[in-house]
Amino acid sequence: MEATHAQDHGHGHPTGLMRWITTTNHKDIGTLYLWFAFIMLLAGGCLALLIRAELFQPGMQVVTPEFFNQLTTLHGLIMVFGAIMPAMVGFANWQVPMMIGAPDMAFPRMNNWSFWLLPVAAIMLVSSFFVPGGASAGGWTMYPPLFLQGGISNDMTIFAVHILGISSIMGAINIVTTILNMRAPGMTMMKMPLFVWTWLITAYLLIAVMPVLAGTVTMLLTDRHFGTNFFNAAGGGDPVMFQHIFWFFGHPEVYIMILPAFGIVSQVIPAFARKPLFGYASMVYATGSIAILSFIVWAHHMFTTGMPTSAQLFFMYATMLIAVPTGVKVFNWVATMWRGSMTFETPMLFAIGFVCLFTIGGFTGLVLAITPVDIQLQDTYYVVAHFHYVLVSGSLYAIFAGVYFWLPKWTGRMYDEKLGKLHFWLSTIFFNILFFPMHFLGLAGMPRRIPDYALQFADFNALATIGAFGFGLSQLILLVVVLKCIKSGAKAADHTWEGAESLEWTHLPSPPPYHSFVIPPIVK
Amino acid sequence: MGALATLMSMAAWAEESKYNLPTPQSEVAQEIFDLHILIMWVCVGIFVVVFGAMFYSIWKHRKSAGHKAAHFHENTTVEVIWTIIPFIILTAMAIPSTKAVLNMRDASNPDITIKVTGYQWKWEYDYRTEGIKFLSMLSTPRDQIEGSAKKGENYLLEVDNAMVVPVGKKVRLLLTANDVIHAWWVPAFGIKQDAIPGYIKDAWFIAKTPGTFRGQCAELCGKDHGFMPIVVEVKSADDYAKWVADQKAKTAAVTLDPNKTYSAGELKAQGEKVYAANCAACHQANGAGLPPAFPAITGSKIATGDKAAHIAIVMNGKPGTAMAAFGKQLNDVDLAAVVSYERNALGNKTGDLVQPADIKALRK
Repeated sequence: MEATHAQDHGHGHPTGLMRWITTTNHKDIGTLYLWFAFIMLLAGGCLALLIRAELFQPGMQVVTPEFFNQLTTLHGLIMVFGAIMPAMVGFANWQVPMMIGAPDMAFPRMNNWSFWLLPVAAIMLVSSFFVPGGASAGGWTMYPPLFLQGGISNDMTIFAVHILGISSIMGAINIVTTILNMRAPGMTMMKMPLFVWTWLITAYLLIAVMPVLAGTVTMLLTDRHFGTNFFNAAGGGDPVMFQHIFWFFGHPEVYIMILPAFGIVSQVIPAFARKPLFGYASMVYATGSIAILSFIVWAHHMFTTGMPTSAQLFFMYATMLIAVPTGVKVFNWVATMWRGSMTFETPMLFAIGFVCLFTIGGFTGLVLAITPVDIQLQDTYYVVAHFHYVLVSGSLYAIFAGVYFWLPKWTGRMYDEKLGKLHFWLSTIFFNILFFPMHFLGLAGMPRRIPDYALQFADFNALATIGAFGFGLSQLILLVVVLKCIKSGAKAADHTWEGAESLEWTHLPSPPPYHSFVIPPIVK
Repeated sequence: MGALATLMSMAAWAEESKYNLPTPQSEVAQEIFDLHILIMWVCVGIFVVVFGAMFYSIWKHRKSAGHKAAHFHENTTVEVIWTIIPFIILTAMAIPSTKAVLNMRDASNPDITIKVTGYQWKWEYDYRTEGIKFLSMLSTPRDQIEGSAKKGENYLLEVDNAMVVPVGKKVRLLLTANDVIHAWWVPAFGIKQDAIPGYIKDAWFIAKTPGTFRGQCAELCGKDHGFMPIVVEVKSADDYAKWVADQKAKTAAVTLDPNKTYSAGELKAQGEKVYAANCAACHQANGAGLPPAFPAITGSKIATGDKAAHIAIVMNGKPGTAMAAFGKQLNDVDLAAVVSYERNALGNKTGDLVQPADIKALRK
């Protein structure tokens, strides 16, 4: 009798630790991805705080120059591959099936495997700090010939990237298959919530470029150990070729991290403006255009390598062109708010913060697209400011917006609104204290990735460090909010946000059953 | 809005502003400066319009203010307009930018050509026609970096031998590197060019006024990436000619005779200088190194073992590590001196010496 009983509820899935290790349920796996991302966010954040502590004042006080390089390298790798990307996949796992009316992901077992590869790669990356010679110190971009120097940690980094790549490719295949084959009757492509659209396009980007990254790091590996000379000029190779291949991956990668963020924000803003998303079709086309353009702009990361003039011009024009579809998106979000009936709960605050601050990052991107200006600013703190405005107040803010937005649905309980708002305001104030002065540092001539600097950069660096500690500590509020919500939050309504229209709000209780949409809903 | 106010001040036309690019000292740098200001203001303008509308909407269209939601969700005319307008603005930006790129890349007909080579972690300047060649490295003392002495005015932006150029002449740089990728960057001249091993890339500038201008390596190149500054002294034509003559005389005077046999004292004295300039960054001034990436010289198997193996590693480097091949960087006397020094100082006492003739024999 008891066996039957268990089967009614969850097909007799194991409990405790084994539930998580063996789970094939998209909700469990989504939760795992999100917790993993949060842990990595804190790990990468600690490295960033060590960097900022060293840079608080001129002179070497806290770390040695070679350890400093290890910190910047691992901070980049952990945040990109460990925090932002897994968080986005976590959202896809939770939300895609519920939003299209599917019972689960298309390949549940592969889904389990894609997640459980991540901790293996993360352990490999983090433990590389403790091998002889310390962690990789050649930058997250792994440029040779520098990356060909150095010890076993560089090989560990290469293998970690391989494993992360396999995980991403499997995750992407799963998402594409789910979206294309498992939509509920009546859920046509152009009726899908925008979050699903952005993830569909992102998944194709992942499938296209992760193998390129895997290929080029494999070439690094064979250059290091098996006598090849792909990137060694003395052996007839070309160090710049690595940069071309890397950025052919790297630029679409930028959009892999931001397109799902666009998706989340496009769910949140209409819900709190109580008005449908403006220009749904143009949002879909803009996302597609950005994805296509992302393949023909890679060399704007390499203007100082001294490529032919015609190439510099081509990549400048192509890069400037990206401003058009990105602009369309921003205009659409503003038009969605226009004449709405807005309220400003935490998800909406983060979404508005996203639109403003991401746009500043977009503008500095346009400044950097202009080749001659980029020549001055490439590899300076201006670039550091630029990509943190798009990745922190862009991707990360969208992740925060999404967490606050869907937490009531996922847990069935409300989060603490006051603490949520405190999290937003402290994050936003400290974020700007941290990163805004970096624009000035870059303009004034401070290169990035240096452990010590000339005296004229001292004021802004001190300010940025204060902002960094404030921003870092503010993130602990999120942890408190989430734990409090899970443990003792008030019961959330099924349709928590009155303006939210997608299936998880209109057709499912909060929290949704372990297996939702076992019988597909009919979408009109 | 605070961010916006700061954004405006960022584009202020202040001389040597803390908030903007340094005062341009060349035509290209001036073009870059003006382009940046132009684009900055265009961005600020768009920002004000778009976010003005958004904040107006946030203020007016609040539920708490009793605003009822409208239900429009598309408008083809508006959408076409806001696709075309940015396109026009971008085209307008592209025109001056293209002109600047074409000018920036025209390194033809130079008055002087200087070959610049990046090493971990110093620069070498080679005046091909004048026959002057020297290394340039950080001259900020260690104790200032470690905080035991007061930091000087040009902390980390000062070198032992600055690159010197005449004012008003077209200087073409040929850039390459010996080990990893570096980037030669002097903001005042608007030049940043990667120095890539195995390739020679060019860049050019015409300095407008005499003076001293400073920059840094801009491409991560290992441990001391933050400690390889660039200093360019721009001199009047006469002063430049004088400098060239001085340099030539100096080169002739300091060149030690490679055919002489030197005493232990002479080799150690010269070796100490060479060691401080080339080896101490990694192996440390006291020879303790920073193991395991940068091994100790004191008591090392190589520095206390077979002499030939020791010379070989200094001359040819060790692939896959930061140990560079010094065979082409240093002359016979310096190589002999530094190997002798490593074997008989820094706590080592092998008692054997290496003479320039030994190195010369190996070069064949």
